[in-house]
Amino acid sequence: MALTTTWRRSLESVALPMGAVLSALIIFGVFCALVGANPLAVYASIYRAAFGSWSAWQNTLLRASPLMLTALCTALPARLGLVIIGNEGALVVGGLAAVLVGLALGSSLPGELVLLAMALGSLVAGGLWIVVAGALRHYRGVNETISSLLLNYVAIALMNHLVQGPLRDPAFVSKPSSFEIAPAAWLGNLPDTRVHWGLVYGLVASALAYILMQRTTFGFAARTAGGNVRAARIAGLPVGKLTLAVCFLAGSCAGLAGMVEVAAVQKRLNESIVSNYGYAGILVAFVARHNPLATVLVSVLLGGILASGGILQRSHNLPDATVMVFQGIVFLCVLYSESLYGRFKVFQEREIQAEGAAVAG
Amino acid sequence: MATEALGWWGVPLGILAGTLRGSVPFLLVSLGECLTEKSGKINLGLEGTLLMGAMSAYAVSYLSSGIVGPTLAPWLGVLTAGAAGMGLGTIHGWLAQQPRVNDVAVGIAMIIFGGGLANFLGKPFIQPQAPQLPTLAAGGWSSLSQVQSALQISPLFLLGVAIVPLMSWFFKSTRWGLYVRAVGDSPDAALAMGISIFWVRMASIVAGSFLAGIGGASLSLFYPGVWTERISSGQGLMAVALVIFARWQPWQCLWASLLFGGAQALGPAFQSVGIDSYYYLFNAAPYILTLLIMVATCSPKRTLTGAPGALGQSD
Repeated sequence: MALTTTWRRSLESVALPMGAVLSALIIFGVFCALVGANPLAVYASIYRAAFGSWSAWQNTLLRASPLMLTALCTALPARLGLVIIGNEGALVVGGLAAVLVGLALGSSLPGELVLLAMALGSLVAGGLWIVVAGALRHYRGVNETISSLLLNYVAIALMNHLVQGPLRDPAFVSKPSSFEIAPAAWLGNLPDTRVHWGLVYGLVASALAYILMQRTTFGFAARTAGGNVRAARIAGLPVGKLTLAVCFLAGSCAGLAGMVEVAAVQKRLNESIVSNYGYAGILVAFVARHNPLATVLVSVLLGGILASGGILQRSHNLPDATVMVFQGIVFLCVLYSESLYGRFKVFQEREIQAEGAAVAG
Repeated sequence: MATEALGWWGVPLGILAGTLRGSVPFLLVSLGECLTEKSGKINLGLEGTLLMGAMSAYAVSYLSSGIVGPTLAPWLGVLTAGAAGMGLGTIHGWLAQQPRVNDVAVGIAMIIFGGGLANFLGKPFIQPQAPQLPTLAAGGWSSLSQVQSALQISPLFLLGVAIVPLMSWFFKSTRWGLYVRAVGDSPDAALAMGISIFWVRMASIVAGSFLAGIGGASLSLFYPGVWTERISSGQGLMAVALVIFARWQPWQCLWASLLFGGAQALGPAFQSVGIDSYYYLFNAAPYILTLLIMVATCSPKRTLTGAPGALGQSD
């Protein structure tokens, strides 16, 4: 009986998101047909560009890895009952710290050590950035959603100010940018691929976050506080410390995403680091229901959608914004599916229902 | 350069001009968001609504100018922008009120969806020039062309200013205003009064999105007066911050919009007289100010004064 109670539940949590993605595909197909493209051909193109070949997979994974990290910035505090949307700001601050550390160390140390220092710098900077929101929440009662949103703009302005002024490389003319970090401190690719090590960072961070939240007393305490703050206080849990610690971990994940973008992709700091990976990460977290392992899957799915932008333009003459529309429809459908849990009889536990009815009767 | 003839007077003039131009979208979006949040739901998707409004206003103004003439066409565009906003608002209002669905998450999905739709449909309209809204020349008394060009006031700005006392009166003195406040402050009490929470919130979100759509029209048909894919540049999200800054009061929304618009004009105005080293930090000024005000006025014991009680609570 224990077996039957779990499989219906698990089936529900797989079937509902799948159904949502399927409905999104149908809605998107109708949209494509309305604008004069063959929906089936568009589906085929998206699949080919996202998951159709090893090369396509690499494109997808490249886009998925920063999303895995930024998603944790929302997913971890959510377990504590906080809605943090400062992912973009923490990413920018992390990238900024990584560049500052990288430029300061230059080539005085071996590349690996510089990379390690850059990663540490980004972890600390991103972490402290979100701790601000958490501390304001805990000590002053400031709404964390709004303060973290505001902090995004402050971070972007700070970054812009620094790359326009003190950090600016006058030799780089296409847009105001910092100096380039030394090639020894570039984050390389995994062997035989175009995918950089950021993917490993993302996977490891997600796994650690999962273990921390589901398998440790710290995670249990955090989830308890998220469920009922008063009960947690009465039980003697240090809610304030938990808040700050979780916010630090969350911010450091997004900060690390900034370091990866700088060290593996941009090689210098400029406006391009504000590329919406932060805001997309918020969605990934919500769609994955704040489960750090599910965020990996959702990141890959979204990475695939993002990777298919070019091909829709080339082979179907659709604007590159088409993937944005598709992405929007998928997320709206998945968010709606959230409200359907428990609405379908098929997924309900019959035995338990019968007992419940007996008690009620 | 315009400011060379005026010297340092160019700075206050530049700020004034920038305030009059830049505050229009802030004003309309923040009034819309104010109405929405009073009912207890956050709509972050107004960023997407703003883009959709800008695109649809520009497209309709361009397409209809041959049929209804260049005077009427932009106004048709404004109406379409409002209608487009209502369409997006309906989706948000319905979805964000489903059980277990978080309104912040829906808002961000709506930013992507609305922005994507606007960029998709707006692709053909990036190049052509659409007829613009007329402006009122409030600087006609001056012989200086800089003063005249600085004091061009958009009718949408006047519309926004006119809505401010109306909305304030609506909240304070009308039955429907009381319904909105009751639903936002204490849904249980509203339910006991026999008010449909769903429909009051739906109406508030749809009406708020209508205003935000018009705010978008002011971007593409007044200032900067073109349609590009990055025209909103986060102003929809900023307006959410602005409403908090304004403590959910329409009059304060007006002052806050002027302040935010003016703060945005600070950077360019100083840049025009050669001070450009702190351009981006000036841009961050409104956010830091909002944050400081929130820190100063919040306390762990009570929520922000004026905040709707049910805001941010899941139902």
